[in-house]
Amino acid sequence: MEIRLEHLTKIFPGREKKNPKDVVAVSDFHFVIPDGKLVGLLGPSGCGKSTALNLISGLEVPTEGRIFFGEDDVTDLPPEHRGVGLVFQNYALYPHLSVRQNIRFPLENLKGEAKLTKEVMEEKVLEAAKVVQIEGLLDRKPSEMSGGQQQRVAIARALVKKPKVLLLDEPLSNLDARLRLQTREEIRRIQCETGITTVFVTHDQEEAMSISDSIVVMKEGRVQQVGAPQEVYDSPANLFVAKFLGNPQINVFEGEVVRERLRIGEDDVLAVNGAPDGRVFVGIRPEGFVWKEDGAFRCAKKSVEVMGRDSSILFGHTGAVTTQPRAIMDSEIASQKIGGEVRFDLRPKKVFLFHPETEERILFS
Amino acid sequence: MKPRRSGLRHSEWKAWLYLLPAILFLGAFLVYPLVDVFIYSFEEGFNFASQTYQGTGLYNYSYVLHDPYFIRALKNTFLIVIITVPLSTGLALLISLGLNKIKALKDLFQTVFFLPYVTNTLAVGLVFMILFKKTAYTDGMINVLLHVFGSPGVDFIEGPYWAKMFVICLYTIWVVMPFKILILTSALASVNPMYYKAARVDGTSPARIFFRITLPMISPMIFYLVITGFIGAFKAYSDEVALFGTNLNAAGMNTIVGYVYDMLYGDSGGYPSYASAAALILFMVILTITTINLLVSNKKVSI
Repeated sequence: MEIRLEHLTKIFPGREKKNPKDVVAVSDFHFVIPDGKLVGLLGPSGCGKSTALNLISGLEVPTEGRIFFGEDDVTDLPPEHRGVGLVFQNYALYPHLSVRQNIRFPLENLKGEAKLTKEVMEEKVLEAAKVVQIEGLLDRKPSEMSGGQQQRVAIARALVKKPKVLLLDEPLSNLDARLRLQTREEIRRIQCETGITTVFVTHDQEEAMSISDSIVVMKEGRVQQVGAPQEVYDSPANLFVAKFLGNPQINVFEGEVVRERLRIGEDDVLAVNGAPDGRVFVGIRPEGFVWKEDGAFRCAKKSVEVMGRDSSILFGHTGAVTTQPRAIMDSEIASQKIGGEVRFDLRPKKVFLFHPETEERILFS
Repeated sequence: MKPRRSGLRHSEWKAWLYLLPAILFLGAFLVYPLVDVFIYSFEEGFNFASQTYQGTGLYNYSYVLHDPYFIRALKNTFLIVIITVPLSTGLALLISLGLNKIKALKDLFQTVFFLPYVTNTLAVGLVFMILFKKTAYTDGMINVLLHVFGSPGVDFIEGPYWAKMFVICLYTIWVVMPFKILILTSALASVNPMYYKAARVDGTSPARIFFRITLPMISPMIFYLVITGFIGAFKAYSDEVALFGTNLNAAGMNTIVGYVYDMLYGDSGGYPSYASAAALILFMVILTITTINLLVSNKKVSI
């Protein structure tokens, strides 16, 4: 089911004494989530991504704008009539019910003609349990299971009614690092198998990049950029997106464009055809530095962080806005010399220019 | 690591030392009297003045169980327990649910509902007197109201048994409910709202949400209230005194604790053996009921 958000806005009225200002949680969301895709809503805490998810689920009513599932306008429908499955951050499994009862719970709510017999319910419960591979744990209580298993139960409960849309709120944040890797693959697999349009919320860029077909980067209730993960990484729309995606973070410098040449500090580092003259923020991905004897970018090497296959060279530069700029390269090259001046050439595709005030991207060729 | 013998003993000494004041006090004022009550209850023909007795046996129990005043007290106590515990818990649950739902003036209402708890029993008794007692000047406010509707009214304090039982039950419920409301409102507030959100997304009806989610989640607290409610109601005495005065036998509204008191210090008192026997019977009753309660709650409460 395709999800279409049209100028969606959610304003929480400020409570009078504590915070008299209205809070704009979601502002003018306007994009389409294609049918059968896995989409990640990505942003720092408090950027409104959970509110966006709640708007899609129907738990919150938008202040303005419409939501369409396919051709149907669902804006005024309560959550139970939208056909959504929702997985909560803390799973919200009912602690007093067994796994089987938890997964069956949504089915038992069906009334009238939709009412199911016990046998059909059992069948559906088993089917959902199989998708998430917990069919052996059906008689356990949630408290007797690990976080990852609880997560699967929550997904099974969301899937059992065959929703048109599956929504996951920070699905991996309560898992330890290893389980997180495993579970995100699992979510990807379940999504592929069922083909359900899935939206998930996360503040972890790596998580979003690794499994999404498409990511929506948000900041302070506004959409910054929508696109395939690689596309957004390779071509960030503004400084925020550039800084938010990528680990280690992008290095930011103050620079200046003079007659289509980019200067950082003393050095003339790159030809930037088509960029207007003036001060700019320069973002350089850590992998954008190429070590070279007579490279154009000079800096003072401070130390090397060895990470195995690659190493980071930490360096100092007078024009740096980033507190600790770093370049990533082969461990062999990085370890050659410690201290003193190093020189780099820059890969043009890994260098982005941003307007100093609006922080919007300035394109060059 | 091997525990060092001497070190262990040293810390044990310390622990006992810290426990000593409590043990001394509890021993002197709780354990010793308990044992003494037990012994008293088997000493037949105990003479208070000479502190002597004639023999040991079950006569005291037999006397108490055949005493019409005790039977009356037993009946009254059971009636009060059976009527007030379920009613007060149920009403408290309803009020707490209401309090949990409203937003405006929530704090005000919570305070209002909690007021009877901090009010003195006798002060509440006075209010009930104004409502129910017939005096030379007035028939009591409730009767005045009843007169308006053409009813002759009834003497709630010195009248028929059912009227007195009604007043004492109403009074008991009134007194015990605030604490229950307090406990239940906080229990309801502690249910994580995500469960309700999850239930909403699944289209769960309000009744089902209440019976399948809310009630199981707060069931430990409900059982706690029922158990302590039973115990409290079985020990009822001061409420009866507040309404009917100290001569409860004459009013026919005595309770077991009242009977124990009368046997010790009342006009017909001076019989610690009978009092002890009655107290132990009450103890057995409470023990039995509480055990049943715990057995049921262990089965039902699953969180």
